[in-house]
Amino acid sequence: MKLKRWIKSLPYSRKIAPYVFISPFIIVFLLFFVYPVISTVIMSFQKVVPGQTTFVGFDNFKNLLNGDFLRAVTNSVIYTVITIAVLIPVPLIFAVLLNSKKMIAKNFFRAVFFLPALVSIVVAGFTFRLIFGEMPTALLNSIISNFGIEPIKWLGGPAPWTTFFALLMLCCWRWMGVNIMYYLSGLQGISNELYESASIDGAGPLQKLRYITIPLLKPVTIYILTISIYGGMAMFLESFMLFNGNRSPGGAGLTIVGYLYRLGWEQANIGYGSAIGLTLLVITLGVNAVMLKYAGLFKKGE
Amino acid sequence: MKGKSIKQSRFTVQSGMMLILFIVMAVITLTPFVSIFLASLRPGKEIMRQGLGLNLDTSVMSFNNYSYLFSGETPYFTWFKNSIIITAVQTVLTLFVSAFVGYGFAMYDFKFKNLLFMCVLIIMMVPMEIIMLPLFQLIIKLGLIDSIWGVILPFVAGPLPIFFFRQYLSGIPKDFLDAARVDGCSEYGIFARIVLPLMKPAFAAMGIFVGMNSWNSFLWPMIVLNSKEKLTLPIGLNALITPYGNNYDVLIAGAVFSVVPIVILFILFQKYFIAGMTAGGVKG
Repeated sequence: MKLKRWIKSLPYSRKIAPYVFISPFIIVFLLFFVYPVISTVIMSFQKVVPGQTTFVGFDNFKNLLNGDFLRAVTNSVIYTVITIAVLIPVPLIFAVLLNSKKMIAKNFFRAVFFLPALVSIVVAGFTFRLIFGEMPTALLNSIISNFGIEPIKWLGGPAPWTTFFALLMLCCWRWMGVNIMYYLSGLQGISNELYESASIDGAGPLQKLRYITIPLLKPVTIYILTISIYGGMAMFLESFMLFNGNRSPGGAGLTIVGYLYRLGWEQANIGYGSAIGLTLLVITLGVNAVMLKYAGLFKKGE
Repeated sequence: MKGKSIKQSRFTVQSGMMLILFIVMAVITLTPFVSIFLASLRPGKEIMRQGLGLNLDTSVMSFNNYSYLFSGETPYFTWFKNSIIITAVQTVLTLFVSAFVGYGFAMYDFKFKNLLFMCVLIIMMVPMEIIMLPLFQLIIKLGLIDSIWGVILPFVAGPLPIFFFRQYLSGIPKDFLDAARVDGCSEYGIFARIVLPLMKPAFAAMGIFVGMNSWNSFLWPMIVLNSKEKLTLPIGLNALITPYGNNYDVLIAGAVFSVVPIVILFILFQKYFIAGMTAGGVKG
């Protein structure tokens, strides 16, 4: 009787309660994260055929050294680098301008820039697919025809840059507004006095940007950099929607996750797919660890 | 006097140039919306042939695509209903569970707290696509395939909401809770009766973040759900994209109509949208 009451009262003790509160996380973490990660590691050393699984050592990883996988890695890396090269400086400048006293209709522009972030990748991707269509009447080709340029086969055309351009436009369209908001909220944390005293010292707007704004926005920049690497290296659906499936001509839109999807799902080669997943896991964790160490994000206080 | 007037005219030239830059940017941002809306008023076959443009030829424009969409001859509103159900259940459940966990992290000191919180951060850094294959096998083993629980449960303790709620709650003074304890409130009573009501603004922001992700979520639901009557809007719309273009009427009108509710909510609750979405990040 006493024991039963004690057990019943257990979750109410102040020592146990914290664990009760975080228990849903622990369950989800072990079941839906740790277990799949361990399975990925194990399966990446196996050849998995229904009912018959054999250990194959590093064969899956050796198979990775083929043209398609290298193509996928190259595409993901190029995509990540160009999106970062555009989606950090441009939103920074727009946020600074939007924050300046001289700007009018701030709320209107803020809302407009933010709108694309509300659209699902399915709708956005298919809209861009039709805008970047190869027909002369599709929007982009009809615009360039005004400058006397022949229609271009943008998606998977002979020159790789056209495909990347379409992917970059889609990515910028969706995330420009969000990154502007990140920088705007960062800017609101910078005190006006800093700029005033810089003015007294004779600093011009460019000097203020260089010596006050950019250094003080560094934490925001690091955050955007981290999520851009994450999003860029894991990019798949953008390409999937632009090319109406996972088959782009000549692998123009093939990414690491696209390759994982092709092998794991379309060809049911689970061991090989897991090897790709594990490779991507190591890349993302490695990049993040370097970034966070460099940026000192894990110092006290997070 | 002279100096001042020069300065003033520079001021207007500068802000005029800024305004032009912003208007150009706004036009570029809005063009895809305008072109897809114009396309929804034209026959689907033509869009298939011509791509999206800004063709304003009113002679071919009509609301026929919308009347077809609302006629009920297509499964569109089944998908719409499924999306609403999944979004509602996922949002409510994720918010509650994450708030519960976030409270635990914010209010107590316990063994392995920092280690466990590192685990939250690690999940945030690992793209879900990496573990998609074994997660799918697990969902089959658990018998959750083709069920909304298979879509929802793996993400019910969302790392970002937990992180956000923890930050939000660490602002609450702990003495305040001790006072409630003295009054005989249990640990869970404190959470339910005192803390939850204080979290309304945080719930609004995270509700929008989780709800948006859920409404627009595509890859994982596509993998888990497979019977026709269970599909959500993004999956259904994607299924309409065929090389023959025979479904483009429904597809384009349906795509426009799926964006409308969110845009209306955005206009009404802009502040919370921006707070919620900027707490998120590039996650498609």
